[in-house]
Amino acid sequence: MKHTLSGLALALGLAGGAWAQDQSILVQSTTSTANSGLYDYLLPIFTAETGITVNVVAVGTGQAIKNAENCDGDVLLVHAKPAEEKFVAAGFGTIRTDLMYNDFVVVGPAADPAGVAGMTDVEAALDKIAKSGAPFASRGDDSGTHKKEVSLWNAAGIDPKTGSGDWYRETGSGMGATLNAGIGMGAYVLTDRATWISFGNKQDYTVQVQGDEDLFNQYGVIPVNPAKCPSVKAEAAQTFADWLVSGAGQAAIAGFAIDGQQLFFPNAPKM
Amino acid sequence: MQNIAEAFSLAFALVLSGDADLFEIVALSLQVSLTATLLSCLIGLPLGALVAIARFPGRGAVLVVMNALMGLPPVVVGLLVYLHLSRSGPLGFLGLLYTPTAMIIAQTILIAPIVAALSRQVLEDLHGEYAEQFRSFCLTRRQIVRALLWDGRYSLLTVGLAGFGRAVAEVGAVMIVGGNIDHLTRVMTTAIALETSRGELALALALGIVLLVIALGVNAGVQALRMSAVRQAYV
Repeated sequence: MKHTLSGLALALGLAGGAWAQDQSILVQSTTSTANSGLYDYLLPIFTAETGITVNVVAVGTGQAIKNAENCDGDVLLVHAKPAEEKFVAAGFGTIRTDLMYNDFVVVGPAADPAGVAGMTDVEAALDKIAKSGAPFASRGDDSGTHKKEVSLWNAAGIDPKTGSGDWYRETGSGMGATLNAGIGMGAYVLTDRATWISFGNKQDYTVQVQGDEDLFNQYGVIPVNPAKCPSVKAEAAQTFADWLVSGAGQAAIAGFAIDGQQLFFPNAPKM
Repeated sequence: MQNIAEAFSLAFALVLSGDADLFEIVALSLQVSLTATLLSCLIGLPLGALVAIARFPGRGAVLVVMNALMGLPPVVVGLLVYLHLSRSGPLGFLGLLYTPTAMIIAQTILIAPIVAALSRQVLEDLHGEYAEQFRSFCLTRRQIVRALLWDGRYSLLTVGLAGFGRAVAEVGAVMIVGGNIDHLTRVMTTAIALETSRGELALALALGIVLLVIALGVNAGVQALRMSAVRQAYV
């Protein structure tokens, strides 16, 4: 009982300042880097080297950018280059740097109702899925993966919205939730490879379309601009961004693997 | 179905292993939701008692609003609190977003109406029984509120538990204002949502079982307290 009471007192007494310690920064991040376990691997290495604690809020790229625009984060780590460049151009970020890449894949059930297994031309595969009327589960949440998916449909010359609610199903949720839903209804899903490899509920699903140049997935890192957001911890944020693109950070990213498979491939420009 | 059997054994293994992360998450869940329940009772009980005994024009409308607020969607509360606590919001200077304090604020807003509306009903019924006596003693409104709250304390415990149940089970509000940050704002429900999105369904379910057991423990504790208090009252 005493413990509960002191816990309550502690909770009530928490002022804002108590949590705003200097040596911790907040990263607004896409979900794939968090869900795949990259941060669990990467951040302890960074913290051991610099003493800076990194807290991560993992949401869709669209929401991460909006949160950062509201100054609710010190660093932005997402994967939607055009939106990232817009973020920097509007003055919200200082500078955007390529960090690492992996690729998107289309996963589908073993039955493969649209017959796309083994294809390497993603636009042709999407065309086949649309024509066959086989269900396709879309994120529909303005995330990096969703933006990529929309651009692929555009390139294929298809407007999937005409099949919305029929074969084209927009879940409006995160990658994992969309995979769970898609697998539940036998739908094809576009996902980043990192999330797929670390996903635990694959059932009879496999990667069916991969290897197209258009499926390239670039991640970028951007410190939030202190000129726009005076509350950001600019110095620590810059230290984190610099470390990620440094030799040590890039080596650490390359060293992260699940079941022997590397999930992210560092490609920051050499300093 | 295989997932469910696996979940139970996982839940046992998790608890028995004394996993430090799990205990941290459980402790934060309890800290946030119990604090929110306490605050909600401090706000909701007097409010419910006042509305129970007061007669004023527009009272019917107030009752409808109080009852309707019991159905506040957690996500909406989360969004409202986010917009206020965000650095670009009116209270952004406090730096409270993504802290346990923000989660407590959101849950308090969510469950204070539940405590107020339910206690209003309980106390109004009680007041109906005692109204004559109160009048004969010429009690002030403040004294009546105090007497009602004291006399209805056992029923009000259940009201508090209803509020706690809602708080500890919701995920929408704490996800938005807490951010589900590891070792900082991760609670049971957001951890369950995370494991579900990782496709680790058995682990998610195991955490759900642990959460249920905790809720059971809190309710059993309150029940024991109540029974021993009743026993003493009749000695």
